Amino acid sequence: MKFSAWLSVILFSISLIDINSAWAERAILNISYDPTRELYQQFNRAFTHHWQEKTGEKITIRQSHGGSGKQARTIIDGIPADVATLALAYDIDAIHEHSRLIPADWQQHLPNNSSPYTSTIVLLVRAGNPKKIQDWDDLIKPDIAVMTANPKTSGGARWNYLAAWGFAIKQYGGDESKAREFLTRLYKNTPVLDSGARGSAINFIQRGIGDVLISWENEAFLALQEYGHDQFEIVLPSVSILTEPPVTTIDKNIDKHGTRDIAQAYLEYLYSKQGQEIIARAFYRPSHSEIAKKYAHQFPAINLFTVNEVAGNWQRAQRIHFSDGGIFDQIYIYQ
Amino acid sequence: MSRYKHHSILPGFNLALGFTLLYLSLIVLIPLSAAFIHTAQLSWLEFWQTVTAPRVMASYRLTFGASLAAALVNAFFGLLVAWVLVRYTFPGKRLIDALIDLPFALPTSVAGITLTAIYAGNGWLGQYLEPIGIKVAFTPIGVFVALTFIGLPFVVRTVQPVLEDIEKELEEAAAMLGATRWQTFQRIIFPTILPALLTGFALALARAIGEYGSVIFIAGNIPMVSEITPLLIITKLEQYDYTGATAIAVVMLVISFGLLLIINLLQWWIRHRKAIA
Repeated sequence: MKFSAWLSVILFSISLIDINSAWAERAILNISYDPTRELYQQFNRAFTHHWQEKTGEKITIRQSHGGSGKQARTIIDGIPADVATLALAYDIDAIHEHSRLIPADWQQHLPNNSSPYTSTIVLLVRAGNPKKIQDWDDLIKPDIAVMTANPKTSGGARWNYLAAWGFAIKQYGGDESKAREFLTRLYKNTPVLDSGARGSAINFIQRGIGDVLISWENEAFLALQEYGHDQFEIVLPSVSILTEPPVTTIDKNIDKHGTRDIAQAYLEYLYSKQGQEIIARAFYRPSHSEIAKKYAHQFPAINLFTVNEVAGNWQRAQRIHFSDGGIFDQIYIYQ
Repeated sequence: MSRYKHHSILPGFNLALGFTLLYLSLIVLIPLSAAFIHTAQLSWLEFWQTVTAPRVMASYRLTFGASLAAALVNAFFGLLVAWVLVRYTFPGKRLIDALIDLPFALPTSVAGITLTAIYAGNGWLGQYLEPIGIKVAFTPIGVFVALTFIGLPFVVRTVQPVLEDIEKELEEAAAMLGATRWQTFQRIIFPTILPALLTGFALALARAIGEYGSVIFIAGNIPMVSEITPLLIITKLEQYDYTGATAIAVVMLVISFGLLLIINLLQWWIRHRKAIA
């Protein structure tokens, strides 16, 4: 047979497989952010198994990962997402605001403000902690190089920024101008602002740049697991922020796809014991009390504040700190 | 006039032109005009404030400055590379010839990550450069390096065929008439390849201005220092500021189109002058 004939046979068989699976199985698409890739690979396997046991139906779950803001925009622009699991509520609010695919009160639909798991922001330093970094105020010392991503382009970096801001506000008894000064000094110590959180982790871990990485706790654990405890140490600051990555169904899409039952069960399963176990093993802090107790040794207690405590809410945080002309811009432009 | 006659031998000119215009509209004009339409939601004042904000101005300086520098360097070294590839035979020539196209084929983000790894403080080159005070990664120099990398093939691939076509007899005649080698190059070879060189330069420049993937990893992205304009467009999008993003995009489009037009006119002028002479 000629090459082209072979090619058409191969293409035809591929199309058959595709049509078969598309017809036989219902599928949902989970649009998520970067660091949850490993978590959802595990979780999807568990959930499809669970769904088949419960209903006898075989389903497919597709997942897509990228920067949280970029992922929200693809949903606004029309990707047929069934559920969104993003890094911050601000990005899901934007889906409501710009596309009306979900109602304004989406965050009330599931427990804990629709955040099945939480995490926090910690400091990752090199083994032995050569620069003796213990807390946030060590980051503004003159000879410290701090690694964090650009809060203008990275959802994770916005959590980092707000964690430092919350510390400063507490430290200086609510004096905003002093907190601003604190952040100015902190970002003066930042030689690179990567566009995403993973990028700045790679710069710190693999390229050896900087003395301390401001990092999600789960990412810091992953670094220890990958590179070993003889390479890095986690420093828990005196206070930090409670990061609450939220999840939601994309209501207009699931009604159109006829997948509401799956999508809802999928998100609810995140709160179940089995789901929480997978979450804890992916180094996110579980919300289920029993599982939380079981993994308590892994997640030491730390003084946490919420976004609402330091900034009112995400909309306000975005407007005051990160939008054009906000405090982050002022740090760089009006010095 | 005679040129048109020559072309009219081919049938189907109307059909072909119609198809060309349709294709260009679908692929280039309609998507680009969407940017202009979207921007029209802003008032002139808002538009002006958006595109002249200090951070944005700093990014134009970096993007256009580094792109220009990279295209100039590529024009010089690209010519040199093309020259060596056309004029000499040496072992491994085919391999080097194939290597030239690598920046075309490589995903730009892979290029960016690789360049960053090499030029970072603990990288192959960075570890020698940083002690002598040259910081490449995470500075504007890094941006320049990335833009040079992605622009190289344009100059080589446009100059190479023209160099190959230059008739040996011209040079021999020049030599017979007593021209030095330098004179031959200056008077015979360089004017012949200049239009191609300009094309290559323009392509390298245009590509560099729009480049994102390879730059973003090596730039450091510090506001006012090493942020390129495409990053600011992304920044606007992260705030769901679609109109702000397209406003900056429109400015880039207009400037890029202006630059390309100038270079095209320059080329036309050179050819025209030659034709008269």
